[in-house]
Amino acid sequence: MKRIITATVINQSGVLNRVTGLLMKRQFNIESISVGHTEQPGMSKMTFVVNVEDEGKLEQLLKQLQKQIDVIKVNDITDKAMVMRELALVKVVSSPSVRNEIYSMVEPFRATVVDMSKNVTTFQVTGDPEKIEAFIDLMKPYGIKELTRTGVSAFVRETQKAYTPQLSIL
Amino acid sequence: MGTNVKTREVAKQEMKGSGADLLIQSLQKQGVEIIFGYPGGAVLPIYDALYKNPIRHVLARHEQGAIHAAEGYARVSGKTGVVIATSGPGATNLVTGIADAMLDSIPLVVFTGQVASSVIGTDAFQEADIVGITQPITKHNYQVKNVEDLPRIVKEAFYIASTGRPGPVVVDIPKDISTGLFFADEVEDTDVHLPGYQPTTSPNYLQIQKALQALSRAKKPLILAGAGVLTAKATEELKQLVERYRIPVTNTLLGLGSIPGNHELFLGMAGMHGTYTANTAICECDVLMNIGARFDDRLTGNLAHFAPNAKVIHIDIDPAEIGKNVPTAIPIVADAKEALLELLKEPFEKPDTVEWLEKLATNKKEYPLHYQADEQRGILPQQAIELIHRLTGGDAVVTTDVGQHQMWTAQYYALNHPDNWVTSGGLGTMGFGFPAAIGAQLAKPNAKVISVVGDAGFQMTLQELSLLQELRLPVKVVILNNQSLGMVRQWQETFYEQRYSQSLIHVQPDFVKLAQAYDIEGYKVETMEEAEEVFAKALLSNEPVLIDCRVTQMENVYPMVAPGKGLNEMIGVKGK
Repeated sequence: MKRIITATVINQSGVLNRVTGLLMKRQFNIESISVGHTEQPGMSKMTFVVNVEDEGKLEQLLKQLQKQIDVIKVNDITDKAMVMRELALVKVVSSPSVRNEIYSMVEPFRATVVDMSKNVTTFQVTGDPEKIEAFIDLMKPYGIKELTRTGVSAFVRETQKAYTPQLSIL
Repeated sequence: MGTNVKTREVAKQEMKGSGADLLIQSLQKQGVEIIFGYPGGAVLPIYDALYKNPIRHVLARHEQGAIHAAEGYARVSGKTGVVIATSGPGATNLVTGIADAMLDSIPLVVFTGQVASSVIGTDAFQEADIVGITQPITKHNYQVKNVEDLPRIVKEAFYIASTGRPGPVVVDIPKDISTGLFFADEVEDTDVHLPGYQPTTSPNYLQIQKALQALSRAKKPLILAGAGVLTAKATEELKQLVERYRIPVTNTLLGLGSIPGNHELFLGMAGMHGTYTANTAICECDVLMNIGARFDDRLTGNLAHFAPNAKVIHIDIDPAEIGKNVPTAIPIVADAKEALLELLKEPFEKPDTVEWLEKLATNKKEYPLHYQADEQRGILPQQAIELIHRLTGGDAVVTTDVGQHQMWTAQYYALNHPDNWVTSGGLGTMGFGFPAAIGAQLAKPNAKVISVVGDAGFQMTLQELSLLQELRLPVKVVILNNQSLGMVRQWQETFYEQRYSQSLIHVQPDFVKLAQAYDIEGYKVETMEEAEEVFAKALLSNEPVLIDCRVTQMENVYPMVAPGKGLNEMIGVKGK
C-alpha cells in the first residue's frame, strides 16, 4: 500500500543520508522524497511516498524513522485531510500545427508555459500526483521530450474530521 | 590604551588549547578511565594530548582487537567503552566491532581521526568516509566541524551511547580540528539537548495492569529474559518476580546470567541450541513475557511455529523491537528495571503454576542436555566446559567467539552472577572472545577471566597475546581445538551430505610455542586426566595461561532446531 509520511528533522549534514540509508537497509521502497527548510530555523521537513506490504511493515518504518536521533517527529498522514502537491516540468514536442490543440487540453490542468522554442513547449504543472500522471498521459501522444518531477510535499489541513484513524506509535 | 589592549590579547592566548586538549578534557569530564586504541597520522594530535594526561591508554595490536576489548570492558563494567583509531584503515578496521556493538547493544564511543577538512573528499592519503561507512551500524555518528563543538559532541555521544538502548556512537575528528586552537571563553558547557532523542524509561500504568492481569490468569506463564535485564541491572527484581509468583524463566544467549544458572525456575537457554525444556515451554506457554530481548531469529526459529498458544507481553526500551517479529498483545516500552519494579509494586493474584512447573521439572529430568563421553575419542568439548565450571564454581567471567564452542559454553557453563558473560551474539563475530577477555579483565582486575575460543576464531585476533605479555593480565585462554570450523563443519555434515568444504584445518601453528613466543605459559592437553591437572594449575595462576585443549573433531552441538524449523522440531534430544 502507498503511504505518505512526513518527518521533521534537524537540518544537519548527513541526515538525509541517514534516513534514506535506513529505508534502504530495511528494504523499504521509496517512490518519492522531497526535503526543504521549514518555518523553524535549523529544521527541515521530509515528505516520502513509500510502498509498504502491510501495517506491520508500516509500523516498523515509522518506528525506525522515529528512532533516528536527528528525527524529531514522524507522521503517517495518508488517512488525514491534507494538502499534497507535486510539481512537474514537462517538455512537449509541439509543432505550430498542434500547438493550439495542446494549449486547449492543458488549460483545465492550469499548467503554465515556462519556456518555449520553435518546436518544444515546456509546461509547469502542479497538483497531487494523480493529476500530474493524468497530465503526462495526455501529453504522451504528442511526444514528451523530457520530464522531471519534484516528488510530493504535503501537510495536514488545519481542520480535521472528528475522527481520523491512526496507527498507534508507542 | 594601547598597552591595555596588548595585555588582553596575551591573556586570551594563554587560555588557548588545541582541539585534542579539549577532547581529552571532555573525556575526563565523562569519567573515562581507560581508552583502547591505536595511533596513526590523523590522530597524532590526540595522542600528543594523551601523552600529557593520566587517562590510561591500552595499545592493542590491531584496531579490531582494541574495539572488541572495549566491548568486553563495557559489557562487564557497565560503563561506556572508548576507542580511538586513526583515519582510513584505522577506522575501517573498527567496522566489525562497531557492527558487533550495534547488534548486541553495547555502549561504545569511537573516535576516529580524519584527514584535514580542507582535503576531505579529495581521496587524500588515508581518507575513508567513515561517517558514511558506519552510518547503518551506529546508533548515531558525528563529524566534528568546529573545535568549539567538541565538548558538546562528546557529551552527546556518551549520552546517546549509554542511555535508552545502548549502542555505538562514532565521532570523526578531522586533523585540523584536533590541532585547531580555541579560546577557553568560546567554549560553553551546555546541557545535552536532543529533542529527537528522548527514550521512554517508565512504563505505562495501564499496560502494566494488563500485564499483571494476564500473568495472574495464566496457567502456563513463561518469562524470556534477555540482555535488557542485564543492561538495566534488574536481575534482583527479576528474581523477586519469578520467585514470588513461581514463574519459570528462560534466557536468550545474551541474557544468560540474568538469573543464576542453577536456579530451580531456570529452564536453560532457548533457541536454536536451547534446551528441550525451554523450547517446549515456549511452544506450550499461554503467556510469554519477554523482558529485554528482541525475538531474534536464532531464538524464535520459524516464526509461524513460535509460541503458538501464547499471549505475548513484550517489555523493551526500544519501541521498534516491539511487534517487529512477533505479534504482541501487551507492549510495554520501558527500562526493564523500572518495568519490573512496577510489576512488583502491586501484589496480584498468584497464578496456579504448580502443574506447569511439575511438567517442566519432569522435562528437565527426562530430556537434559547430554553427550556421550568416551575415553577412546579423547576430550569432548562439553567435558572441558564442565571441568572449567567445576573448577571455577560458576563464578568466572567467560568470553567466547561464535560457533560450537560458544554454544557448548552457553549450555554447560551455568553462570552464578550477572555481567560475567561476554559473547558475540547478533553479529556472530569470530575473533571477538579473546580481545573481549582482555577488556573484561581490565574492568575486573580481580576476577577470574576465561576466554573460551575455537582454534579458528582465535587465529583471527591472536596478535593481542602481546597485550597479555605486556600487561601480564591473568586471562586464561582455552582453545577448544577441534582442528576445524566446527559449526560450519556441523552444518556441512547435516545439510550438505558431509562435504566438508574448507572447514577442516589440518595445518595449525603450535599454540604452545606461540604462547611461549609471547612469554606466556602454554599447555597442550589431550586427555581428561591431563586437562584436570593443567586447568586446575592454570586457574590458580596469577599469570596469563594459554591451553590448547584438543577435543574430538566430529562432535556436534545438540539439541538443534534446524534453520527454517520451529522450536517444536528439535533434533538430537536425549530420549527422543
